[in-house]
Amino acid sequence: MYLKQLTVFLENREGRLDSVTDVLAKNDINIVCLALADTSEYGVIRMIVSDPDKAKAVLKEAGCLARLTNVLAVSMEQKAGSLNRLTKTFTSEGINIEYMYTLNSSREAGSMIIKCSDIDKGYEAVQKAGLTLVDPDAAYSM
Amino acid sequence: MIWNEARECMSRDEMANMQGARLRKLVANVYHNVEFYRKKMQAMGLEPGDIKGIEDITKLPFTTKNDLRDNYPFGLLAVPKSQIVRVHASSGTTGKATVVAYTRRDIEAWQECVARDLVMCGVTKEDMIQVAYGYGLFTGGLGLHYGAENLGCMTVPMSTGNTKRLVTMMEDFGATAIACTPSYLLHIAEVIEEMGVKDKLKLKTAICGAEPWTEKMRLQIEEKLGIHAHDIYGLSEVCGPGVACDCEFHKGLHVQEDHFYAEIIDKETLTPLGDGEVGELVFTTLTKEGLPLLRYRTKDLTSIDHSTCECGRTTPRISKFKGRSDDMLIIRGVNVFPSQVETALLEIEGVSPHYQMIVDRVNNLDTLEVQVEVDENVFSDEIREMEALTKKISAALQSALLIAVKVKLVEPRSLDRFEGKSKRVIDKRVFED
Repeated sequence: MYLKQLTVFLENREGRLDSVTDVLAKNDINIVCLALADTSEYGVIRMIVSDPDKAKAVLKEAGCLARLTNVLAVSMEQKAGSLNRLTKTFTSEGINIEYMYTLNSSREAGSMIIKCSDIDKGYEAVQKAGLTLVDPDAAYSM
Repeated sequence: MIWNEARECMSRDEMANMQGARLRKLVANVYHNVEFYRKKMQAMGLEPGDIKGIEDITKLPFTTKNDLRDNYPFGLLAVPKSQIVRVHASSGTTGKATVVAYTRRDIEAWQECVARDLVMCGVTKEDMIQVAYGYGLFTGGLGLHYGAENLGCMTVPMSTGNTKRLVTMMEDFGATAIACTPSYLLHIAEVIEEMGVKDKLKLKTAICGAEPWTEKMRLQIEEKLGIHAHDIYGLSEVCGPGVACDCEFHKGLHVQEDHFYAEIIDKETLTPLGDGEVGELVFTTLTKEGLPLLRYRTKDLTSIDHSTCECGRTTPRISKFKGRSDDMLIIRGVNVFPSQVETALLEIEGVSPHYQMIVDRVNNLDTLEVQVEVDENVFSDEIREMEALTKKISAALQSALLIAVKVKLVEPRSLDRFEGKSKRVIDKRVFED
């Protein structure tokens, strides 16, 4: 029911992002989507990939610091107010959204990756609000 | 000008006689009053009567910073605590401070030595001196302060911190001398420039110490400020600043050897070396009452010259330091050991002990950056938590080292390993000419 997000620590210097995408490419792992959070000295790259467990293992082997984090993926209608409805779902239950980014976006629909302060509560809130969760396997093979 | 010609220009023979008499008294004192030394001497089969003159000093046991730490805080005192009037402390290898204690006579001897040094730098009682060393447990501030008062200077206890206020007062008061670390003086020089007050200042002398600096840097200071700059040396274990200082000829630092007997030894074989040979500097405190030390190993590498100086003083001169035989760093005048960083890091749960210290000098101020490898235990997908970790590490290091530390998180195994171990320290500061 939860998605495994691949998170990699990167020093903010030349070629570091390269080395990560290199390892993933060589192991035939597709990056479905990614979001980069950076500070002046380092960055944290968050990704949904085709095979998160394998990705973590091969990155670790290559000397990268990677971990898996559980996140939610929620489908949204492609119209004004969708995101507002989504965020309200969380705030009304007192759940904090730590960060979010786009999983997928097309003319018809979209979906967001959400990391919240309490994933179980977040999951319930989404269900209660009648929103649709994206199936993890569907997300990995997008 | 010479403050105490009788002592500073004594013939070598007379000095040796005086040192011999003082050493005999010192050895008898520590043998009877300091258990640590009594045991050490007994283990070597030595009795106080075996020490007849200063030449017998090589028979005596050495003392190290570890000995001071092992006897923390007052185990090496040679007098009852009621006779102690002052305590200072410096940081030690494991975060535990090295404590030193002074009787009233120790303070008097110290201020006598500092007064000699100030006069050696051309300072007189007509001068007004700003003491811009830290006041407190560090010996710099109070050491220079008492010495300057003893000489009769108008003494301004600036301490460190507010540089603009220091420059404003330098101008308003008409201060003629300043005592501080050389790197701080370069910073002050920049502030003077920024404030555009150089022409209104009466500053003519600077007495700098507490950290290694080069002859080049000394000349740079002299040129920048249009003053005379002198090098003063000391270490808290021996008393503090004032142990040695350079005169107007700048050919080494005159050791106040009627109080502090200097030897140079081979750091491996521990045998005494002759004039001109580089080795570890060792001091015996000939007159100290509170915390007398036999053959204290400073870990500072230098050489000594016993010939009479052009200034007329016969006191021997040690050359500017060539480095240290241990891994101690002096950053902004504060002693820092890499092991302190390691201890502090290990106390933070989950933090890896892989670190590297980058010491640099930016705008003439020492900076310390500690790079810490992030591992799975502490890595989070949230920046907020990573930043909290950085703050936590930097606060822990700051409280352990007593200086500001910039912490940088780096990838695992990204720090250089040498024979399986990381190279702990990269010192980018330039001390060689």
